[in-house]
Amino acid sequence: MMTEQKKPIVEIKNLYKSYHRASLVVPVLYDITFDIAEGEFLALMGPSGSGKTTLLNLIAGIDKVDEGTIHVGDVDITTLSETELAAWRANSVGFIFQFYNLIPVLKAVENVELPLHLTTLSKSKRREHAEIALAMVGLDHRMDHYPGEMSGGEQQRVAIARAIVTDPTILVADEPTGDLDRVSAEEILSMMERLNRDMGKTIIMVTHDPRAASRASVMRHLDKGYLNHDAAQNPL
Amino acid sequence: MMLLKILFRNAFHNKLRSSLTILGIAVAILAFGLLRTVISSFYAGVEAASASRLVTRNAISIIFPLPISYTEKIRQVEGVKMVSYGNWFGGIYINEKNFFPNFCVEPRTYFALYPEFILEERQKKAFLADRKGAVAGQKLAAKFGWKIGDTITLKGTIYPGNWDFILRAIYTGRDNTVDQTQFFFHWTYLNEAVKKRAPVFAEQVGFYMIGVTRPDVAADTAVMIDKTFKNSLAETLTETEKAFNLGFIAMSEAIVTAIQMVSFIVIFIIMAVVANTMAMTTRERTGDYAIMKTLGFGAKDITILIFGEALVITLTGGLIGIILTFPAARIFGQELATYFPVFLVSAQTIYMDVAAALIIAFLAAIIPTRHAIRIRIADGLRRIG
Ligand SMILES: Nc1ncnc2c1ncn2[C@@H]1O[C@H](COP(=O)(O)OP(=O)(O)OP(=O)(O)O)[C@@H](O)[C@H]1O
Ligand SMILES: [Mg+2]
Repeated sequence: MMTEQKKPIVEIKNLYKSYHRASLVVPVLYDITFDIAEGEFLALMGPSGSGKTTLLNLIAGIDKVDEGTIHVGDVDITTLSETELAAWRANSVGFIFQFYNLIPVLKAVENVELPLHLTTLSKSKRREHAEIALAMVGLDHRMDHYPGEMSGGEQQRVAIARAIVTDPTILVADEPTGDLDRVSAEEILSMMERLNRDMGKTIIMVTHDPRAASRASVMRHLDKGYLNHDAAQNPL
Repeated sequence: MMLLKILFRNAFHNKLRSSLTILGIAVAILAFGLLRTVISSFYAGVEAASASRLVTRNAISIIFPLPISYTEKIRQVEGVKMVSYGNWFGGIYINEKNFFPNFCVEPRTYFALYPEFILEERQKKAFLADRKGAVAGQKLAAKFGWKIGDTITLKGTIYPGNWDFILRAIYTGRDNTVDQTQFFFHWTYLNEAVKKRAPVFAEQVGFYMIGVTRPDVAADTAVMIDKTFKNSLAETLTETEKAFNLGFIAMSEAIVTAIQMVSFIVIFIIMAVVANTMAMTTRERTGDYAIMKTLGFGAKDITILIFGEALVITLTGGLIGIILTFPAARIFGQELATYFPVFLVSAQTIYMDVAAALIIAFLAAIIPTRHAIRIRIADGLRRIG
């Protein structure tokens, strides 16, 4: 297996990021450079506060870099305006969060449909796509349930359906199993693995959990804002 | 549309909080509506006044009379079409709590000047033919259960003694803004009695009521009338009926101003309450708005969500308040008929209710919206969990 032969889908070059708290500047990421190949399942690991979420947010276009470039496909997203970035995210990124972040007043199927409202799909097409996505995560029987009526694992599956329904270029997941029990976590990880293996989805997953990381094809470590440069190929 | 679905469900998501807020708005709008109605009923007499009627009174004060001999002179002034006159009688029916306005007037001309008082032709004839006859407003007659032919005794305050009248006619209003609580009888009946008991007070009237040919000559005609009696024993002051009626309200102007202020304070308080509710609600939804922005929804969508939610809440409360205003005003009007002969919820009051609700929604939504739009997505997402 030679990753070098695959065309990188994400190219990160000399990326710096710091936060400003009052007059204080808090540096978070230093000179990050790496590629993510198309079809890669990347696990981003590191201790708490090392900058994993920050890096993921930058790649997903919900935060702005201080310096450096991030190419996703052919687009340098660091040059996009706020509005362009929003449109780019709607098109190109699927999001999975630790706390599912479903809209509580929307039913499962409506939650999955939500991102499709920014597309030109007709009402019936939107519903059809949402139902297919829910079926793919095995929740077609819970379509009309509200998030509050579902377990954590089920909610996270709905969130995965929402993330894939627009067929995005990359999937980003921040601690997707962080709030789940072992069994549900395994279920979610298997599902992500399948998305990667069977559908060729590029996945970038932040995790603390070595067990979760072991499902990925590539592991990278962040430590105090520095990237540990030898990415470990997963032995599996 | 999806946004509408979300904002409607958001508005009623926390049932207790939404119901209490809506209840608060409903009560505030109800109070506001009733207070505005009190204010407009203060001005009801002014509104009902005709632009082509003038009132002439003694220049010194309304309590001093004018000689009846002015009638002919006034009639000759250019622009005058018809002259009537009368006195404030100030009689009491059984006891003082039963107050209602009662006058003696020259009946033929008086009712000709007031086409808004509708009298049945047969009753009117009977009234004109009977010197002890009287006319009462429909509401007044209903209040005391008077029927045509009843003898009504008023105790005089200005003119001592008990005065018996026979109710010959009951007038109704051309529309519901007409005061139907007044009582009229023949000026000659009073004058004859006064002539016998105290001749010096006879042949005098409290006011002249004058109809002009066209409303636009009213001002000039008023000046001409007053000029006619300049340097005579009793100088006159002539003004439009509207100005004359306004003069009575001027006395209670301070009260009207106070009521006006209270009505706005009520709105101000509920505005603070709704703003606080909206701030709480949107803070709880910081994560929802962040996720929507993450998915690619923009500032416009967030604005629609928050303003829409505020509008749903305030307009629901406002609508309930407006609906309740009508029965409340009816009960209020019945209880206070003595003070407010015309107590009607005006269209303008409803417009003000709606405007107040819209302003409440707008001001309550604006700061949370600004906050939700400005917060960085990453920070918004961190608030979750
Ligand atoms: N909005 C912010 N303002 C200031 N500092 C911030 C902000 N967001 C994050 N930080 C700081 O940046 C550093 C990296 O945060 P980040 O959330 O990326 O870490 P992480 O690796 O995801 O940690 P965890 O594993 O606990 O989620 C931390 O020291 C954090 O306190
Ligand atoms: Mg993190």
